[in-house]
Amino acid sequence: MAHTEAEVLSGLAEIVNEETGLAPEAVEPSKSFTDDLDIDSISMMTIVVNAEKKFSVKIPDDDVKDLVTVQDAVDYIVKAQQA
Amino acid sequence: MPTLQTPAPNRFSRIAGIGGYRAEHAVPNADLVGPIDSSDEWIRQRTGIVTRHRAGEDVAVLDMCEEAAVEAIANAGLKPEDIGAVLIATVTFGTPTPSAASALTTRLGTGPVPAWDISAACAGYCYAIAQADGLVRSGTLDNILVIGVEKLSDFIDPTDRTISFLLGDGAGAVVVTSSDTPGIARSVWGSKGENWETIRMTNSFLDLRDDRETPFPTLRQDGPSVFRWAVWDMAEVAKEALEAAGIESKDLAAFVPHQANMRIIDELAKQLKLPDSVVVARDIADNGNTSAASIPLATERLLRENPELHGGLALQIGFGAGLVYAAQVIVLP
Repeated sequence: MAHTEAEVLSGLAEIVNEETGLAPEAVEPSKSFTDDLDIDSISMMTIVVNAEKKFSVKIPDDDVKDLVTVQDAVDYIVKAQQA
Repeated sequence: MPTLQTPAPNRFSRIAGIGGYRAEHAVPNADLVGPIDSSDEWIRQRTGIVTRHRAGEDVAVLDMCEEAAVEAIANAGLKPEDIGAVLIATVTFGTPTPSAASALTTRLGTGPVPAWDISAACAGYCYAIAQADGLVRSGTLDNILVIGVEKLSDFIDPTDRTISFLLGDGAGAVVVTSSDTPGIARSVWGSKGENWETIRMTNSFLDLRDDRETPFPTLRQDGPSVFRWAVWDMAEVAKEALEAAGIESKDLAAFVPHQANMRIIDELAKQLKLPDSVVVARDIADNGNTSAASIPLATERLLRENPELHGGLALQIGFGAGLVYAAQVIVLP
């Protein structure tokens, strides 16, 4: 079953928390993974792989660089669920 | 029609002796951060590397091979004349032909045995073990000297932020001999050619020929893509290698992944859910990424620092440019 945008955001926040230790509430939609949350490219890949598993979507390597903000990732996952 | 005569089948192979050459110069992160506008902390956080060892200009690939080989042959209780073949995994010999292996036969005084190089980058050592295992078990050859060697410092760009700062030089050698009991399980190996450019050279030697202004070829990689493949795809390959050996992770004494990046090693170990009893090789912190040499060098160190591992089972997995990979469970010498 497809997850709602709110569910994707909270699920993503849990994944980020597990990888980086950041508080889930810090993972706000407007935040940039790199500049605001200080997530490096390797941690970002771990987050992407865990998000793929959690939401049953595919996020190819080439698309990861486009996921600049948390909202970008939420939008991508919501759309990918419908594909 | 007569039946062809073939060597005696159904014998086993094992790794009988090991030797290593660690390059002389320990290069700390501080020496490399200037041209890549980075810091010691940045490199440590992303790679776990504190130093890498690099050879001087006067030390060639064959010099490193010779040192590692002499030690491995002696540790196997053999003499150079007992060696039945020389198989070298390297991508940094610098001369596509003739091979490093054929030159090494005369240096070591092995006799006129089969000698050849293979190109499988960071998977090269495990590819060579797979070949040596098959050749020994079939009875085609015995006492195969297998070497993983790289002088990567010849193919780096100090301004490159993708891979150069990870790389070091070195050689590791083993002898694969016939055995009454199984010492090398079936290898799980393969390739992913669609990612041919994920780890690459900046240009080819033919580009250099055609345009003398072309910079000397150096290595590059798409780090995040390599990380994803090296952890999640290689975890499946590692599990398959355990299945091929008919064992579970709790049966392992050691896990020796290619020393590519500490983050890969840690995440791979996590994905495999290795019990605490399994010693994980982490030579990379001091020695950097030495490509084909990293697994035998890491194994040599594990055995030196943990003598109780002798005779135990180790899962080794190499993965790198190609993309190519190979994994097998071995009995540690």
